[in-house]
Amino acid sequence: MTGIATPNGFILDSSGRRMVVDPVTRIEGHMRCEVNLDANNVIRNAVSSGTMWRGLEIILKGRDPRDAWAFCERICGVCTGTHALTSVRAVENALGIQIPKNANIIRNMMQATLYAHDHLVHFYHLHALDWVDVVSALKADPKATSALAQSISPWPNSSPGYFSDVQAKLQRFVDSGQLGPFMNGYWGNPAYLLPPEANLMAVAHYLEALDFQREIVKIHTVFGGKNPHPNWLVGGMACAINLDDPMAAGAPVNMVQLNLVSSIIDRTIDFIDQVYIPDLKAIASFYKAWDFGGGLAGKNVLSYGEFPTIANDYTNNSLAMPRGAILNGNLNEIYDVDLTDADQVQEFVDHSWYTYPDESTGLHPWSGITEPNFALGPNTIGTKTNIQQLDEGAKYSFIKAARWRGNAMEVGPLSRFTIGYAKGISEFKDPVDALLTDLNLPFGALFTTLGRTAARGLEASWAAHKLGDLFDELITNLAAGDLATANTDSWEPSSWPVEVKGVGFTEAPRGALGHWVHIKDKKIESYQAVVPTTWNGSPRDPSGSIGAFEAALLNTPLANPAQPLEILRTLHSFDPCLACSTHVIAPDGEELVSVKVR
Amino acid sequence: MAVENQTFYELMRAQGTSRRSFLKFCSLTAAALGLEPVYAGHIAHAMETKPRLPVLWMHGLECTCCSESFIRSGNPLASDVILKMISLDYDDTLMAAAGTDAESILDEIPAKYPGGYILAVEGNPPLNEDGMYCIVGGKPFVDKLKAVAANAKAVIAWGACASWGCVQAARPNPTNAVPIDKVITDKPIIKVPGCPPIAEVMTGVISYILTFDRLPELDSRGRPVMFYGQRIHDKCYRRPHFDAGEFVQSWDDEGARAGYCLYKMGCKGPTTYNACSTTRWNGGVSFPIQSGHGCIGCSEDNFWDNGPFYSRLAKVGAAFGVEATADEIGETAAAIVGAGIVAHAGASTVSHLLRKKPATPPTPPEGDPK
Repeated sequence: MTGIATPNGFILDSSGRRMVVDPVTRIEGHMRCEVNLDANNVIRNAVSSGTMWRGLEIILKGRDPRDAWAFCERICGVCTGTHALTSVRAVENALGIQIPKNANIIRNMMQATLYAHDHLVHFYHLHALDWVDVVSALKADPKATSALAQSISPWPNSSPGYFSDVQAKLQRFVDSGQLGPFMNGYWGNPAYLLPPEANLMAVAHYLEALDFQREIVKIHTVFGGKNPHPNWLVGGMACAINLDDPMAAGAPVNMVQLNLVSSIIDRTIDFIDQVYIPDLKAIASFYKAWDFGGGLAGKNVLSYGEFPTIANDYTNNSLAMPRGAILNGNLNEIYDVDLTDADQVQEFVDHSWYTYPDESTGLHPWSGITEPNFALGPNTIGTKTNIQQLDEGAKYSFIKAARWRGNAMEVGPLSRFTIGYAKGISEFKDPVDALLTDLNLPFGALFTTLGRTAARGLEASWAAHKLGDLFDELITNLAAGDLATANTDSWEPSSWPVEVKGVGFTEAPRGALGHWVHIKDKKIESYQAVVPTTWNGSPRDPSGSIGAFEAALLNTPLANPAQPLEILRTLHSFDPCLACSTHVIAPDGEELVSVKVR
Repeated sequence: MAVENQTFYELMRAQGTSRRSFLKFCSLTAAALGLEPVYAGHIAHAMETKPRLPVLWMHGLECTCCSESFIRSGNPLASDVILKMISLDYDDTLMAAAGTDAESILDEIPAKYPGGYILAVEGNPPLNEDGMYCIVGGKPFVDKLKAVAANAKAVIAWGACASWGCVQAARPNPTNAVPIDKVITDKPIIKVPGCPPIAEVMTGVISYILTFDRLPELDSRGRPVMFYGQRIHDKCYRRPHFDAGEFVQSWDDEGARAGYCLYKMGCKGPTTYNACSTTRWNGGVSFPIQSGHGCIGCSEDNFWDNGPFYSRLAKVGAAFGVEATADEIGETAAAIVGAGIVAHAGASTVSHLLRKKPATPPTPPEGDPK
């Protein structure tokens, strides 16, 4: 085999047959993937392209910074709220605003709620059909399915009659001739490895999860008024608390709403621990030998950290989920990450549909300049408005290439758990060890498509239990007499400095998320978001290094080269979010005179 | 053996639902739509005789909040809508197939059911760069959108993006993203605005079409009057505090904890047509104002450029009553309500809102207290 070695250790060979998957479905947004297959139908070159652009950061220029969270929240309606949280943190960082303890706890609850919901919906409704053959479920024995379900979980919906009913419904649905979302699926593909009974169990839980997920988000509705897209506030949260007053019944947060939140937390823990996790283990047990999809996993991984346990303290001492970077698979050395350091987070555009004056260099988000430049390379097959094959030697994606100290990095639940594990933190290490022991798998099995999917499940459980802890923390603080939810000392723009910069970060469900804001004369001067899929879905950079999606697809064999099942499986394991990743910063031709960085 | 075009009732029966349960479902659906009990019979009849309606759900420039909202529906459940009421034959967020296996459905269904399917659109098409700021299958989304619309029975514009343009169309609209009625001009379009729309409003629109085999009555802007006929302010549970001149003056102040009116904090409820204060969100748990933050007006045209969100409605002045509908008032008058309220809030007295616009707008009082 001939090929080109990338600086980050992969071999690319584009001599074989090209295969195009466009659209990649069951993701957020629009994405295209092209691969080259060798004679044995093994992927030897991979090209991932973000195929949409909205320009939100251009739109943010000149706006009131207190409004920015609402605009940013609309970057993504799937990971709803996490961009808003990142935005209010960025503005608070710029303006030096300290939020009350209750606001910190409630924000953490909003974020943990999102983890639990988003991971659950991803597993069942965006990812499961990569592992689960719906049509095969028709051949299952309901009694054997019941025995399987009862052997792995105390979840009550597990009788033979229950699975028989689900199977009958499925049969009638198929017989109707209108297959709806299951039309043209890859049913019967030999890469589906579950027995019919496991398929039937998973189909039943696909439906149960679809019905249950709407309960989880009611926590957002209590504190933020609606979901998707709850409301946030620079300086805290708008959901004032009233427990004792005659007006408490009409207050945003009162005893009734707190009881609802508590009840939802209990049910969320039960569903994740009794349905999601057992299903994950059952599915994993049949796919243990399918150990593809590692790519950058376990090699170059990044987390900004999340869940400050101390309000306004975003250092690693405070973050329940740790910050750090690992390079070259050396888990014994964890680098600290500084989002204000111009040499750390940078974005390149030489393979992206944007223009820099010098595209051999990367730009830190605070000093970036960008303008869209939709140009196809000379080896493109097709026309501008009918692309049949991209030219990855030129610009080929609306996603920029984000790099940390020049390295392509993988972000997401697996990266977070890898860093938590490497730091020896038991709440991350213990569940990983237990899962690997249960499945009789070595540590290295974590760094695969399946490991990525498993880490997300473990994290959903972690988040659900964290919600319980956070609720107790909130109640304890309320019992101590602290009802404050907002700090309005710097609410009025007249109190602001002339020019400031700030950075806010979160770990979104999909990975590291940062917003960099520059406020001048009470308005947003420039705004930049570097999002999880900018990291994972990045195109090539000037050095030729490839991003996490492309790396993970390499060397994977396709059971049926006419069907992209394994490609979808690995791409979905990252939970791609394309509306998030395709953005641009404001054109900025002005020199900064004086900038205060906090 | 495949049975073509099985009716909703046949499917429910075949799936073991009793007729009694089926009729109960119809009653609940009628109640959810705000209909008299007698309509439960109409719904039952419709469900018994109609095949599942093919729906092609396309995504342009968007954030997928509409799809996420849709699956939050509690009555009917999204799973029942998707598997029993409609045939969701294309939805790139949920469908099993990808690539050409997915795109071929956009050819097959219109050919199989000409004039017999619904096109539901989430997001909108950008027109700059020959439409290539949103590419699907290597081609401009806008071209696919037009092609699929050509043979549709009707088009649903989900959310603010498809209805008005939403955030990507906010100033300066770098991609020239446009609402879908700028590129689909020969089909009835039902606009269901909001960012996102309320889940039960989305499933309510679909249920209505299935039940009565007709499109809901639309206002002059294309919105179903049954959900967008009143302003949030008209039915807000905090309205008595507005009328009493009791306002939140600052975040987390005594008024905020007492649930006073959020008008002074920038609430856009007085100019926003939506069902949030009546239907509420996520099974009736709350809505933005109940949770302490003002309405940002997300179901209104161009709401992103009508901010800042924390500036109180102001400018000119007149006010009108609860009875007025969107059509009676019109766009211009809808903006006018603010000044009437400014005067009112400044005086902090109880007053009866005027039904008609006065000849000369009143001036907000000097020294309007914050």
